[in-house]
Amino acid sequence: MAEESVLRDDFLRQLISVGEVDILVGLATHNNAKTVGPVVKAIQAGILTYFPRERAAIINADGGSRDGTPDLVTRVSIDDARPAGNLRTLRTLHSISTHYGNGPSGSALRTILAAAELLRAKACAVISPESVNIEPDWISRLLRPIYNENFDLVLPLYRRHKFEGLLMRNVIYPMTRSLYGCRIREPYATEFGFSGRLGSDFVNRDIWSHEMARSGPELPLTVAAMTGGYRLYQSFLGTKAPMDRGSNDLVPALRHTVGALFWSLQPNFAVWSASPNSQPVPTVGPESEVALEPVRVNRKRLRDAFLTGVAELDPVFRSILSPSTLAELQQIAGRSEDDFRYPAELWVKTVYEFAVSYHKSVMSRDHIIQALAPLYRGRMFSFLAENRNGSAEDIEHNIETLCGEFERLRPYLLKMWNGGE
Amino acid sequence: MRDMIVSELTQAMQELARGFAHFLPRLIVMLIIAFVGWVIAYILKVVLRAILRLAQFDKLSESAGAAHLLTQAALPSSTELLSRFGFWVAWLGFLLLGVSVLGIAGLQEHISNFFLFLPRLFVALVIVFFGLLAASFFSRAALLAAVNANLPSPRLLSLSIRTIIIVFVLSMVFEELGVGEQTMLVTFGTAFGAVMLGFAIAFGLGGQRLAQRFLERRFLPGTKEEKEDELPPL
Repeated sequence: MAEESVLRDDFLRQLISVGEVDILVGLATHNNAKTVGPVVKAIQAGILTYFPRERAAIINADGGSRDGTPDLVTRVSIDDARPAGNLRTLRTLHSISTHYGNGPSGSALRTILAAAELLRAKACAVISPESVNIEPDWISRLLRPIYNENFDLVLPLYRRHKFEGLLMRNVIYPMTRSLYGCRIREPYATEFGFSGRLGSDFVNRDIWSHEMARSGPELPLTVAAMTGGYRLYQSFLGTKAPMDRGSNDLVPALRHTVGALFWSLQPNFAVWSASPNSQPVPTVGPESEVALEPVRVNRKRLRDAFLTGVAELDPVFRSILSPSTLAELQQIAGRSEDDFRYPAELWVKTVYEFAVSYHKSVMSRDHIIQALAPLYRGRMFSFLAENRNGSAEDIEHNIETLCGEFERLRPYLLKMWNGGE
Repeated sequence: MRDMIVSELTQAMQELARGFAHFLPRLIVMLIIAFVGWVIAYILKVVLRAILRLAQFDKLSESAGAAHLLTQAALPSSTELLSRFGFWVAWLGFLLLGVSVLGIAGLQEHISNFFLFLPRLFVALVIVFFGLLAASFFSRAALLAAVNANLPSPRLLSLSIRTIIIVFVLSMVFEELGVGEQTMLVTFGTAFGAVMLGFAIAFGLGGQRLAQRFLERRFLPGTKEEKEDELPPL
């Protein structure tokens, strides 16, 4: 039983007193006092509006906040949500907060999953405490397909600026789509819904002792759903909460996403090596909505980071990349700013060769992930240059082309994985 | 006179024959020990090579940077080298054991000294291997961190860290082997102190603004690095 080792005694007692629930919403927090209040109110309003007859609980897994976040979560009264919409619920809405310790952020999701299993929740959702633009209907969009239509994992679709989420568009989405055959736009999500059976399966897997699962289990959860025969769904939520620029450092983001994706390849080799071409998944709302407002980006810094990386990390790249790929990188590094292009094919080969080096542990795996950062910046420079004046359709076309390259070069990955080249 | 010479010669020949008869079995025992030792050492080499290959020791030594050093010195792979080393140490041990059976005066002490030295040699080799591993890991970590943080001269920083660790490892190895202990200790202390003092002066005086920015970022709350023109990747 997963919950035996994860849940604290006092939290366990509170859960037992709740009994069973139909709906569970999890909130993983750590010093989110500034934003968590409106988020909890929106969650409550969503539950009261769309699931008035269901037994529901809000579970807050807190990582030791020192700004009173857990108090804010539990103190937000259900009455705060009622007057606004004249809402009535026939059931009690429980709100419980627990401290999951000072471990990595993945422990929070594990706590929520274990609580969901103990409460036998049918449909669960995880909401980011930083989603300040959350609307009550997000709860319905994430939970209805699970509760009413027996889907197992509902992932979000957002309206994004054309230059936001580039790691998702340039690596995570195309690579998961190519390898696991599911066209999921946001495989690494901060808001998502999951069924009780998927949550129960995932929390009881023997992965939690691994650093990668403990630090960022969101992507492994998506991969588990894609490879385990679960039913996936995409739901459009609206505009993604604006991110604090600089708060989302590249190397930790690479560890949680690209690292988790590379890590998932080994146990799922049998699946992705035999996976047919990708298929769309049921989706409600637009698959891709792009905002085109002008945005200030320091492109020179991106190119400089790439050039420094190629020049300084040569001994590291020699262990990771094939001689031909490295030679091509050195060649494009020598081009002028106007002629600089990091072509899709070369980018895909780079990513695949990094994945193989990660699999073969040619050096510390964390070092492999860190070494990708300057190359990613080079690719970003190229992407920004190519799509500077691009319309939403142009962006979508370029992403689709990149996905095609990832799918076309899958045999190349397979060949290297099996010891070729 | 003639009889006396013949008698002396006969006696000498008899003593030589007796001595040889006395020595021959020991020689045969020595040869047997040497042969059995060779067989055991060979088996040990094969087993050791198989274990090291199974444990992917070549990969480990590659990530430690040892493989690169061996290639530059035109030596075989670390697995082959270590298994050959095991073979020679084992066979040499048996040879010395065989020689000791011959009972040649004065050799016993040297043989026992050699056997006493073996564990220290082994520990020294282990220190070298893990030292190279640590030097390679930390210098690469520093290189990657410096490149991703856009710090100036990442390779110099990485090389400095590698050099310091290797010097430290060498001083430990010489101390373990008992070679120039005092000299190595003083040399290491002086070199390490000089490098650290150099860094401190360079950081505090040469890189005054960098030091100030670093300390402010580290210890003053609310001081964030300017990243307003970077795009969030997720």
